[in-house]
Amino acid sequence: MSIEVRHVTKSFGSFRAVDDVSIDVPTGELVALLGPSGSGKTSLLRIIAGLEPADSGQVFFEGEDATVRRARDRGVGFVFQHYALFRHMTVFENVAFGLRVRPRAARPANAEIRERVMSLLKLVQLDWLAGRLPSELSGGQRQRVALARALAVQPRVLLLDEPFGSLDAQVRQELRRWLRRLHDEIRLTSVFVTHDQEEALEVADRVVVMNHGRVEQVGSPQEVFDRPATSFVMGFLGHVNIFHGRVEAGRALLGDLAVDWPEHAEPEPRAAAGYVRPHELDVARAPEGEGGIWATVRHVNAAGAVIKLELEAADGAALRVDMSPERHESLAPRVGERLYVQPRRLRLFLEDVSPAAR
Amino acid sequence: MPERPPVPPARRVRHAQQDPFWVRWTLTLLAAAVVGLLVVVPVVHVFVGALSGGLGAYWQNLFGDPDTRHSILLTLTVVPGALAANIAFGLAAAWAIARFDFPGRTLLTSMIDLPFSVSPVVAGLMFVLIFGLQGYLGPFLQAHDVKILFATPGLILATAFVTFPFVARELIPVMQAIGDEEETAAVSLGADGWQMFRRITLPNIKWGLLYGIILCNARAMGEFGAVYVVSGHIAGQTDTMPLRVEKLFQEYNLPGSFAVASLLTLLAVLTLVVKVFLEARVPSERRNVH
Repeated sequence: MSIEVRHVTKSFGSFRAVDDVSIDVPTGELVALLGPSGSGKTSLLRIIAGLEPADSGQVFFEGEDATVRRARDRGVGFVFQHYALFRHMTVFENVAFGLRVRPRAARPANAEIRERVMSLLKLVQLDWLAGRLPSELSGGQRQRVALARALAVQPRVLLLDEPFGSLDAQVRQELRRWLRRLHDEIRLTSVFVTHDQEEALEVADRVVVMNHGRVEQVGSPQEVFDRPATSFVMGFLGHVNIFHGRVEAGRALLGDLAVDWPEHAEPEPRAAAGYVRPHELDVARAPEGEGGIWATVRHVNAAGAVIKLELEAADGAALRVDMSPERHESLAPRVGERLYVQPRRLRLFLEDVSPAAR
Repeated sequence: MPERPPVPPARRVRHAQQDPFWVRWTLTLLAAAVVGLLVVVPVVHVFVGALSGGLGAYWQNLFGDPDTRHSILLTLTVVPGALAANIAFGLAAAWAIARFDFPGRTLLTSMIDLPFSVSPVVAGLMFVLIFGLQGYLGPFLQAHDVKILFATPGLILATAFVTFPFVARELIPVMQAIGDEEETAAVSLGADGWQMFRRITLPNIKWGLLYGIILCNARAMGEFGAVYVVSGHIAGQTDTMPLRVEKLFQEYNLPGSFAVASLLTLLAVLTLVVKVFLEARVPSERRNVH
């Protein structure tokens, strides 16, 4: 079932948590709401679920206005950040809860409940723990029970709030791959909230990047990573090197770097910045063409599949460069050495601050 | 890492960490003496006084006198009434304070403690001021033939007022510690308000609630001051057990007075036993809260 969010706004006191947000989630897609804490992503998720009323705006499920419906009538499965398992009930009873509280006419018979719960527990690979209490489970197991419980009511939409937030790194990796596979299997329209860009890019079909209660960009993981719409998206989705400066008469002047920017041909200068990812910087002993700067190697981290270099530019700015082990071997950079750094790809953004203020 | 100093012999450790022998024993003896003198001796004396005429006389004193019999019945009516009221009020107040954020929340929290700080006699007078013939509602009540003062409803009201904080006080921290996440989860799974309360909230707070009820019950049975004022002290009609104890005592019927007092004490001891039993369970439940 598709979800449409239209002009939703929500304030807590004077703080505007969600500011005129509109997004579409097509049927069967797995969408990530990605943003830093306080960006309004959890509030938006709770508004979609009906756990929180919006101040204004509407939420449509399959074209039908869900804003007027209460949370329990929306057909939404919600997985809470801290799982919110019922601590006095066994795993089995936790999963069965949504079926047991149905009005008598819609309630399945006990045998059917048993069958449904056990098949769900099998789906999340926990059927052998049916008789345990939540306090006897590990974090990853609790997470999967919470998921099974949400799926038990056969929701039309699955919403997950920081589903891997409180798990350790290893379990998190495993579980998110598992969630992706599960989604491919059951194809339930799903939205999950995360502040971890890696998680969003790895798991989701589409990513909604949020900041200060607004949507910065919507797109596939590749789109938002390769073609960030704003400097915020660029900076949030992975490490960046930033060159501050200005643009005037179609040319961006960023410290020692100067590049053409024909879109801004106005003669009056405006603050601008160039963003480069660590792997998009080439380093060499001698300049190969124009458009680079000299920097001193400060640190080399040679452990891992990607070799990380830290350099210091002439103006004191720190630069991070990622290179392949092969390139590292052929170049063999030494700490204290001066190297020529050249961006292969530079993304230019105007900055909000006026040049006078800088 | 700095090197650790050598471990001193065990005896020296004890000397450094514990108070001297005479301090420990003086304090222990002092505590035992205070408890013995102020608690054990009077309680024993109540039973000795009650049973001084033998078991037959004891029985006669308790159940032979129609006024005493009525006071026992009245207490067994008033206390459950006050308990029921306070369970309802306590749950409502705890729910409001732990779950909602509203203007005046802090004020309400401190108002709940008011009955603890106000003298029960003053509380009783308050009810006289409200429901008495010279009070605000008195004439209206009389016109509609509703009796509150000098009748059972007044006794229940006064007792409920004095014991109001027990249930709410016990529930607020428990409900705050548990949080509302499980309740929200229940709603998102389709539970209505009642199902959420009965299947999720109640099981989570049951030990705290029971504990509050026990304390409330103990206090309600012994309530004297507020009840004294609103009851009018009518033998065979509005005398509860504590009032009856006092009246028999004033009438120099010491065996009768002690007999009723011993029954009250027995009920209190019973409460204490249940409380100790619950206390052994409540902490283990609360450990699972986080």
